[in-house]
Amino acid sequence: MLKELTKLEMKKTREGFGHGLVDLGEKDERIVVLAADVTDSVNAGFFARRFPERFVQMGIAEQNMATVATGLSLVGKIPFYSTYSVFSTCRCMDQIRISICYSNANVKICGAHGGISVGQDGATHQAMEDIAMMRSLPNMKVIVPCDYWQSKRATMAAAYIDGPVFIRFGREAVPTLTDESTPFEFGKGVVLRDGGDVAIIACGVMVYEALVAAEVLGKQGIDCRVINLHTIKPIDRDLIIRAARECGAIVTAEEHQVYGGMGSAVAEVLVSHAPVPQEFVAVMDCFGQSGQPDELLRAYGLKSEDIIAAVKRVLKRK
Amino acid sequence: MNPFNYSAEQLQAAALDVRRDIITMLVEAKSGHTGGPLSCTDFATALSFRYLNHKPSEPHWTDRDFLFYSIGHVTPVNYSLLAECGYFPLKDLMTFRKLNSRLQGHPHRLDTPGIEISSGSLGQGLSIACGVAKGSKIDKHPRRVFCIMGDGELQEGSCWEAVMFAGHYHLDNLGVIVDYNKRQIDGEVPKIMDVAPLADKWRAFNWQVLEIDGNDMQQILAAYDEMLRHRDRPMVIIAHTTMGKGVSFMEGKAEWHGKPPTMEQGEQALQELGTTYAEWSSRLLAG
Repeated sequence: MLKELTKLEMKKTREGFGHGLVDLGEKDERIVVLAADVTDSVNAGFFARRFPERFVQMGIAEQNMATVATGLSLVGKIPFYSTYSVFSTCRCMDQIRISICYSNANVKICGAHGGISVGQDGATHQAMEDIAMMRSLPNMKVIVPCDYWQSKRATMAAAYIDGPVFIRFGREAVPTLTDESTPFEFGKGVVLRDGGDVAIIACGVMVYEALVAAEVLGKQGIDCRVINLHTIKPIDRDLIIRAARECGAIVTAEEHQVYGGMGSAVAEVLVSHAPVPQEFVAVMDCFGQSGQPDELLRAYGLKSEDIIAAVKRVLKRK
Repeated sequence: MNPFNYSAEQLQAAALDVRRDIITMLVEAKSGHTGGPLSCTDFATALSFRYLNHKPSEPHWTDRDFLFYSIGHVTPVNYSLLAECGYFPLKDLMTFRKLNSRLQGHPHRLDTPGIEISSGSLGQGLSIACGVAKGSKIDKHPRRVFCIMGDGELQEGSCWEAVMFAGHYHLDNLGVIVDYNKRQIDGEVPKIMDVAPLADKWRAFNWQVLEIDGNDMQQILAAYDEMLRHRDRPMVIIAHTTMGKGVSFMEGKAEWHGKPPTMEQGEQALQELGTTYAEWSSRLLAG
């Protein structure tokens, strides 16, 4: 159940990933982890120190990392390869397409530092096309967890989802919405707040912003349903169709380009099965820049206020 | 153990059959690569029929050696050897590159028994071989990993990431054969983008290097024997070969990289190889 939104513990999703790997490593010998020089930055270091014989340092060579991971999967390992999401996806897209996806290799692709909230490193390091690229590939599964615990659980679940999986984490500490006992069900979105006027569908850090927006809108008499769509592929079609039919309007919110991301995936379901008005809260087809994470989220229209505005726009179109 | 363990004479006979398969399936498909498969034929045949520890009746046998064709486009030689070894019927070769065939233009792991990984985009196979070699080291498994690469392919930068990785981790269970035919689609490799000096490059990355005439069976066998004896670092055999080897009008000609022979050219080629299209296609269709 939801705790009071202002009093939530702040934790990093990438730490959830790192701790998930260690727990996996304890119980399954097949788990191997690869990193490309930024081992501690992506928290793969937790695993590297606990299981040095099953950790492979790749150096700064992401293309080789994706394909070495593919080879490891061929001899029965369950490889997780990790670096910043811009590098674990865009940098080696062809390796992912041919060696991993076309072959349906059992490789887990981990992208830390997803989204604009990476902050001061600027546009080069802010992955905002990764969801679109990964979900376009046959056989790939895409997960964007919302907090520490969900990141840990999703990491552990990914080991036992057959074939390629992409999981995206963030850099900054974010409010912890779930706890140790919250189950993670791959492919099933979670209704965090029920409501009948509009459904806000969010992933990653935007789930928290959606809950804040719903709280504010609730006081104004607008009854929002909030859905954490942590699995973007395969998408939870039934949950989206039900939200469209029962609420009649949808707002999607993601820390990603507007083209091709989670919002587009939701729109694909809506136009085919339950056409209702939709508004997109996302990065509007531009690169980011340096700045503090919260400043950037505000500057690029990714805060609860932007979700509130989008809800008001979509309700006029209902 | 290799299940065939052919002698040099048997390997030469097998290589002749493989060349006949290659020409016949390309004529039938009216599409595909001719030059590279023919330059690879001798050393690839020796691997499949003498050195590779594999079980054609059990493609996923867990104790097998792994062989990767990083140059996915040489499917004609790859598929011919798989069929001649018994991974699938010879008659399947006549479906190469056709709709709903299990034999795609470039190899697909999920379609074809014996294909370890899908390939066709260059510069990925050695990395995958490195992953298998590293995973085998983690498991202390004695298997060998082989990877066939092209010379033009070495223009892909990702190859050198893998070469560096194997040298760094002393992957002495890994062996590479470079098909150094010095031809690529646009022409002669030294003119397009020179990869020489190849031996020096590999040595600089801490590999053991052998250079041989890659169309001479005695030299091929001596090189593989040395590869299997050798320990402490990865080994590359730089196989100097002739594109289109075995067919006079194709030898050394870059134009044969990516095109199939016409029926008339195919008949001429098969005549040089001691058969005819009618005879060899009947053999394949009956198998």
